Amino acid sequence: MYTEKVMDHFTNPRNVGELEGADGVGQVGNAKCGDIMKISLKIENDVILDAKFKTFGCGAAVATSSMATEMIIGKTLEEALAITNQAVVEALEGLPPAKIHCSVLAEEAIKAAISDYYVKTGREIPGNTCTGCCGSCGHDHGCETEEE
Amino acid sequence: MNHSKKVIYLDNAATTPMAPEVIDAMAEVMKNTYGNASSVYSVGRAAKAILEQARESVAKSLNCLASEVYFTGCGSEADNWAIKGYAMANKTKGNHIITTKIEHHAVLHPCEYLEKNGFEVTYLPVDETGLVSLEDVKNAIKENTILISVMYANNEVGTIEPIEEIAKIAKEHGICMHTDAVQAVGAEPIDFKALGVDMLSLSAHKFNGPKGVGALIIRKGLRIAPFMHGGAQERSKRAGTENLAGIVGLSKALELAVSNLADKQPKIRAMRDYLISEIEKNIPYIRFNGHREKRLSNNVNFCFRYIEGESLLLMLDINGICASSGSACTSGSLDPSHVLLALGLPHEIAHGSLRLTLSAQTTKEEIDDTVSALKEIVHRLRLMSPIYDMSLEQQ
Repeated sequence: MYTEKVMDHFTNPRNVGELEGADGVGQVGNAKCGDIMKISLKIENDVILDAKFKTFGCGAAVATSSMATEMIIGKTLEEALAITNQAVVEALEGLPPAKIHCSVLAEEAIKAAISDYYVKTGREIPGNTCTGCCGSCGHDHGCETEEE
Repeated sequence: MNHSKKVIYLDNAATTPMAPEVIDAMAEVMKNTYGNASSVYSVGRAAKAILEQARESVAKSLNCLASEVYFTGCGSEADNWAIKGYAMANKTKGNHIITTKIEHHAVLHPCEYLEKNGFEVTYLPVDETGLVSLEDVKNAIKENTILISVMYANNEVGTIEPIEEIAKIAKEHGICMHTDAVQAVGAEPIDFKALGVDMLSLSAHKFNGPKGVGALIIRKGLRIAPFMHGGAQERSKRAGTENLAGIVGLSKALELAVSNLADKQPKIRAMRDYLISEIEKNIPYIRFNGHREKRLSNNVNFCFRYIEGESLLLMLDINGICASSGSACTSGSLDPSHVLLALGLPHEIAHGSLRLTLSAQTTKEEIDDTVSALKEIVHRLRLMSPIYDMSLEQQ
């Protein structure tokens, strides 16, 4: 069901952990839906020097987080903001249809972490990074959130 | 994926390997008996004789009449037939059905289908161990109740329901009682007459028989509409040329399971209890699911907090261990198992469930290997989990 690339990133995830004194941190998803991603960034001169993640979720959630961190390290913020979930899926050589939402979550986690950096540094967030579902404003990625 | 390691198969509730004697018995039929059991000539009669022998054997294994055994294509068909067939044939008596929230989908979905077609269904809750309360059964009965369907044992958490007592209540009220015994037949001693139910479903591949064959035991004289319309097979109740090799496989597998049960069951139970205690001893932040005593002898079910079930299964698979989970990711929906939710587990904990189901072949060494792999995997996934961090911070 998963490609070799997905299994590689799941079994040997890159950049697991949390950066101390991170310049930007983003967390999306919720435990009720079964996946949460947290990405922390080290940023200098608008370039992402380092990225780490922690993920609660399925194999695809771990693999997309791992791939997403790999894809943004060394990129400018502008370049990182332009990374779509589709690019993450392609880099992983595909995901089963039921797991596409994991790649959406990865894109949102990157955007949330970068937005956090802009907010912390008191700068205007370039373009509209809000997709309406990054979780930071109470929305999520399509999961129902009604309380029991 | 690295599959060079020896496989440790701990998913016997999903399916079981076929017993060699069963394969031999089926091969014999496939080689020598090609006739259609409905044909009048000798080749057909030979097939018919084997079919009826198999039926007699199943009847003996379950203590019912041979004429009460109806072979089906699988356990799901038996459940579908029991629910829809009884409802359709008895709708003039009433349109209310009682079942539970923890049934297999082969019972729940037919019930939901009937709800869309003029029937009314009560889904009984269960307690935190998965048990149905007799009081709840009694209170749910109405004037128009025609059928009660409660599973013998739950496929996910292994809880064994008080079927004999529920059947008594049903009988007192003149209501038909069905039990889905797919997980129990071959694993628990089952006496159809003593149990007092009117219908019982079973599936061959759960007790070392072949896939693609099951049976519905229907008490003599019960009114039920055919599920499959067509020829006069199975006393005109289930049309379709009989799957003779499969039926022989089912009867042989059942015969073996029933005759070995007294020997096998205490051994499996001891191994199950060892696995439960080793997990509880070695891994923190877990929740045991199901009932401690009223439980299938081979079922172990835990939730591991702060991690997700599919990740756990993939990691176990890399270690050659086959298991199952009730997480949303393994069910293909956003919601985790309906059974775990009915037990009162919050979604985030239900996502981290793991079911391990043993067989008589499971060894202590396999259990030790499984627990040590599990311990390492759970630790590794927790270190990766942001909610594990948050919980540590809160402590």
